[in-house]
Amino acid sequence: MTAIQTPNGFTLNDAGKRIVVDPVTRIEGHMRCEVNVDDDNIIRNAVSSGTMWRGLEVILKGRDPRDAWAFTERICGVCTGTHALTSVRAVEDALGIAIPENANSIRNIMQLTLQAHDHLVHFYHLHALDWVDVVSALKADPKATSELAQRISPWPKSSPGYFHDIASRLKKFVESGQLGPFGNGYWGNPAYRLPPEANLMAVAHYLEALDFQKEIVKIHTVYGGKNPHPNWLVGGVPCAINVDGVGAVGAVNMERLNLVSSIIDQTIEFIEQVYLPDLQAIAGFYKDWLYGGGLSATNVLSYGDIPEKANDRSVNNLLLPHGAIINGNLKEVHEVDLKDPEQIQEFVTHSWYKYDDEGRGLHPFDGVTQPNFALGRNTKGTRTHIENLDESAKYSWIKAPRWRGHAMEVGPLARYIVGYAKGIPEIKEPVDKLLTDLGLPLTALFSTLGRTAARGLEAQYCAHLMRHFQDKLVSNIKAGDLATANTAKWEPDTWPKEAMGAGTTEAPRGALGHWIKIKDGKIDNYQCIVPTTWNGSPRDPKGNIGAFEASLMNTKVENPDQPLEILRTLHSFDPCLACSTHVMDKDGREVTRVKVR
Amino acid sequence: MPPRVLILGIGNLLWADEGFGVRVAQALQRDYVFPENVTVMDGGTQGLALIPYVQESDVLIIADAVDFGLAPASLVEARDEDVPAYLHSGKTSLHQVSFQEVLALCKLMGQGPERLHLVGVQPVDMKDYGGSLTPAVKAQLEPAIARILAVCAELGLAGWRRPDGNCTADALDMTQYERQRPSAEEACRIGDARFLPGDLR
Repeated sequence: MTAIQTPNGFTLNDAGKRIVVDPVTRIEGHMRCEVNVDDDNIIRNAVSSGTMWRGLEVILKGRDPRDAWAFTERICGVCTGTHALTSVRAVEDALGIAIPENANSIRNIMQLTLQAHDHLVHFYHLHALDWVDVVSALKADPKATSELAQRISPWPKSSPGYFHDIASRLKKFVESGQLGPFGNGYWGNPAYRLPPEANLMAVAHYLEALDFQKEIVKIHTVYGGKNPHPNWLVGGVPCAINVDGVGAVGAVNMERLNLVSSIIDQTIEFIEQVYLPDLQAIAGFYKDWLYGGGLSATNVLSYGDIPEKANDRSVNNLLLPHGAIINGNLKEVHEVDLKDPEQIQEFVTHSWYKYDDEGRGLHPFDGVTQPNFALGRNTKGTRTHIENLDESAKYSWIKAPRWRGHAMEVGPLARYIVGYAKGIPEIKEPVDKLLTDLGLPLTALFSTLGRTAARGLEAQYCAHLMRHFQDKLVSNIKAGDLATANTAKWEPDTWPKEAMGAGTTEAPRGALGHWIKIKDGKIDNYQCIVPTTWNGSPRDPKGNIGAFEASLMNTKVENPDQPLEILRTLHSFDPCLACSTHVMDKDGREVTRVKVR
Repeated sequence: MPPRVLILGIGNLLWADEGFGVRVAQALQRDYVFPENVTVMDGGTQGLALIPYVQESDVLIIADAVDFGLAPASLVEARDEDVPAYLHSGKTSLHQVSFQEVLALCKLMGQGPERLHLVGVQPVDMKDYGGSLTPAVKAQLEPAIARILAVCAELGLAGWRRPDGNCTADALDMTQYERQRPSAEEACRIGDARFLPGDLR
């Protein structure tokens, strides 16, 4: 083809060599990416495809709406609770159920815990290895590493002996030949820029963050009854409060509340003394690598979350900001109406689904999930073994959601841009401070690095909000309010014959929505639009490319056989395809394969 | 001090036989009582998030659907250093991070189980989304449970059957899950030709 101009401002050209990366994710994989690079190895065309079929909707039909959360909790291996919360909110919205204040506080604490936990795990365990060279860490001098660590943070685990011990363990591990999670790295690639000492410090904190999980998961056990897979309840939360109880099974007592409180303190400390100093130190070495902004500079979307008062989804009641920004106009933040059929629509012109009229988009209330696996004429390979996709035809199991026709980016960076545009001090001030410390302009925020930084700042904000809601919960309990659930409309005979509702959360990786239609007490239609559907969407009928695709455009790839830059940018979205698409690859594909043609 | 034992069922119950490990864990939780240093856990498809539990165990007993190329629905057991190879099966796995990686990371952290025991089943069908265990694999639940109980008994930590069967109404309880499934006419069950059995391509 000759160059094509997309309506959302990108120039696509597929004349150059094609690079295929499959799969892209280390977690819940099943995402494929193909790009064309020009003679200077600069990406001039990008194609992102979900390689699994999506079908949660069809397995919920006919089931009890009060059970939907338990199924949705199983569609993803990472953000279980956030799907469950979205689901109970959708049912409550449909049936007009109001929840008690304590339930709101507890749900917020659980959701914020997930944000903080997920961001931490993402940074250290799923993304750090795109910036940190583990093998280089073996060359580090423990004493110099200790000096570096002490210069950037008061965190006590920073002695030369400590780093010496980490380096020996790492050496033994690498020499054993079983690299495990470090097995697929492009170690030694010139795109890695940290000195050995910074690499060793990051590896030490990689292990400390893994260890810290054992504390933070206890919060879900206290409030959700068990973990993994905490319990949720339409109408509130399924835990009883009994402040005077001693060791009572299931009830939340003072001892449990104090336990949560101390874990919140540790979470704030870990984020502020380990995560953020590491983030800033690493960013310092990459601050001229400002690729990957994609749609973030123009179109971002956040539904908002964390209601201060229960049952109030109005914009000013949400502590994670709500709104849409289009065409890069930060002066105007639009309100998003989840139920307006003209606003959120999903298109399937380039997705392996069938609509009666594919020129039109469908609002989730009218959503249809009818598979149609057909390949374009220019596909290379066979139906069961695709070598190159044909992006002019259908090429992904992900639908293309659009807001008023615009492709949007969602996630921590989107939330932070919306919050920044609104001038929310808790968001704007830390962003300005980080940019000033790094000597970067605001435009630097619209990048892969900006996405990674926004996630870190948000982890800190969320940890402080955990403190806020824990204190609020305790004072409410002390004032005598022990209510955690509203069961007035529990029985289906209290429901209308037909009802419909929408529930949203801000999942760690972005705006998540569930839309439900209930008929005769059963689920009649259920549609989810998950964050990775927004970010990983294929082209739409007008030719707008999605957020992943946009983020790769015009990036220089140092070595096309080792496309570290592609992985770095796509990982910065924290993509999670299990819930946006389904069905696994038939040979597992543990190792990312790269093909250059 | 008696060892801390973690009985961990892993897999995704929305994908037919891939739910075997979770069904084993659910049955053990529902029907058996164990001494307090034995934990039975439905690990689902959680990968890295299981590390806190794995690192605090001395003996880890894993129930899982693992593809080791045997006859469909065969039960297999492995111990200690033989276990990780099964968990790396290059075949279908929805576990986000392979469980082998979880074990490797525990080793790197210098914590984790000294002894491993795997009770696995060779899946018949892992592509029936929203479906339950196939009959042949379901018939292996009781034998698998018996094997796990035997391992616990060897450790001096035998479990015993609950007298009254403490069955709670759980939405994901196998009977409920199967009974409420929408029909194939109501809910499309086909997907990508790359993943479908030959006759549907």
